[in-house]
Amino acid sequence: MAAPRSVRARVAGIAAAPDSGAAAVEAFARRHRFRPYEALPWLAALAAYFLFPGYLPLASQILATILFALSADLVLGYAGIVTLGQAAFFGAGAYTAGLLAAHGWGEPITGLLAAAVTAAAIGFLSGLVILRSTGLSLLMQTLVVAAMLGEAANKASAITGGDDGLQGMQVWPLFGHFEFGLYGRTAFFYCFAVLFLCWLAVRRIVHSGFGRSLTGIRENVGRMHAIGAPVMRRRLVAYTISAALAGISGALVAQTTGFVGLDSLGLERSGTVLIMLIIGGVGRLYGAFIGVPLYMVAQDRFSSIEPVYWYFWIGLLMVLLVTFARGGVLGLVDRLRIWGGKRR
Amino acid sequence: MSLPALETRGLSKSFGALTVANAIDFRLDLGARRALIGPNGAGKTSFVNLVTGVLPPSAGRIFVNGADVTALPQAARVKRGLVRTFQITQLCPRLNVIENVTLAVCERRGLGGNLWRPAGRHRAAIEEAYALLEQMGLAEEALRPVATLAYGRQRLTEIAVALGLAPKVLLLDEPAAGVPSGESGRIIDAIEQLPAEIALLIIDHDMDLVFRLARRITVLVQGRVLVEGPPAEIAADPRVRQVYLGERAAR
Repeated sequence: MAAPRSVRARVAGIAAAPDSGAAAVEAFARRHRFRPYEALPWLAALAAYFLFPGYLPLASQILATILFALSADLVLGYAGIVTLGQAAFFGAGAYTAGLLAAHGWGEPITGLLAAAVTAAAIGFLSGLVILRSTGLSLLMQTLVVAAMLGEAANKASAITGGDDGLQGMQVWPLFGHFEFGLYGRTAFFYCFAVLFLCWLAVRRIVHSGFGRSLTGIRENVGRMHAIGAPVMRRRLVAYTISAALAGISGALVAQTTGFVGLDSLGLERSGTVLIMLIIGGVGRLYGAFIGVPLYMVAQDRFSSIEPVYWYFWIGLLMVLLVTFARGGVLGLVDRLRIWGGKRR
Repeated sequence: MSLPALETRGLSKSFGALTVANAIDFRLDLGARRALIGPNGAGKTSFVNLVTGVLPPSAGRIFVNGADVTALPQAARVKRGLVRTFQITQLCPRLNVIENVTLAVCERRGLGGNLWRPAGRHRAAIEEAYALLEQMGLAEEALRPVATLAYGRQRLTEIAVALGLAPKVLLLDEPAAGVPSGESGRIIDAIEQLPAEIALLIIDHDMDLVFRLARRITVLVQGRVLVEGPPAEIAADPRVRQVYLGERAAR
């Protein structure tokens, strides 16, 4: 074909003769490159390590929960699958890692992998059934999957400990060397590193051809059918990957706290992670990094000031965000940038 | 004799007592410029939905380049070169113009399932999409979100998306519907310049557009083919006049 070659020639000559069209191709082709601001969450996490050494256990929980919110962003924000059952995979991962550690295999990294595989299998099998529907009916089915797992864990109290939670986890030192000690330094860096690797993977996926086609499915599923995209398969793959990530997140929490309770499979956890994601901004990859710390630090502060009524303040925060900042904190940042650009 | 690009035999579809397609035998050859016309409710869009696999037929068979595709899902038919546009624009409104086209090109090239390689590195696909935008006169708007484009420009984007799928058979469902008359000329020009080997079926009731673009016309009435022939014959056919005038008189 002759036309693309002429474009290529112009792209090559972009510096000599600026051309808005060639610049468009160039801008489009560079979108996946790293930008300086993407280092901010990691620098902030390291700063928190040095500035608030007394809060390392909370910081580890925040890092693990960011991974959970990231898994929710992949399905909700990119694939457009509205779910209230993400805790099913978090809990499946937590119980997998917890049961392994309670029954003589406390090696953390293989525990994480086992959790990922278990959660992915549950995501794949339930996705095969429930992803055939959409909207409200899909939402109800995600809820049902989580409720079924929760009830199964409750009934199987001989294995899971039921209401009392899973007792007696023995997590071995990381790489056979770093103990998960009282001050939570190992736990912090463990969560930090796992989140970082998972974030790299998710970032890679959302910028890939697959990720863009997921965005297309979210934006207009009819269009994606018409261009011949296997929509069901794409959504199933996304759902499975998201389940694996949620499972890893659950395993992180189980291994670093040494405990798994029935609440890890509960509706409240599925709902809370959505709230955190909405606070940060959905479908933006970084919403999790903003919403989760905001929510969890606010929860920590409010509950120490106002142990009974702290939920009121969280609620008020939500109302304000939904009223004045649709698209969460990142949506607000976008609007400020557009506003600033217009003024200039 | 070459195989028809698209053929239906006895294609029928009923919803309860309502028959929207009644034993339609239809044949479209390579390079055809055909129009499918008919009064409102004649079953034109249903025919498109049946052929493309959005609706399952009640009876009959559909062939693309001689291969029976009746049992194939929509996506598999697209892979065989059977592509459509929509009466009401179906694009990803918040994605920019070039991305809408690139999605189609990547899907055709089998890159839509690639989990690892950044979409931006599919350079050849992006350049192909850009060349299509140039062809449609959309290059200046490449980075604008589709939702910010005038409707006529969105219609052109939709044609560019269809071309990104390298169609052998292209079904254009009212390509100029909803476009102000000043802009529809640009769309007709774009359709006239489509590659000659594509078998084109235009579904419309805008007679100016149909008579400018079509070399043959099929008239559909109540789910049946009433008549088929060159434009002059169709224009002179008393049955066709009666269908259209009758409809107008009934209003």
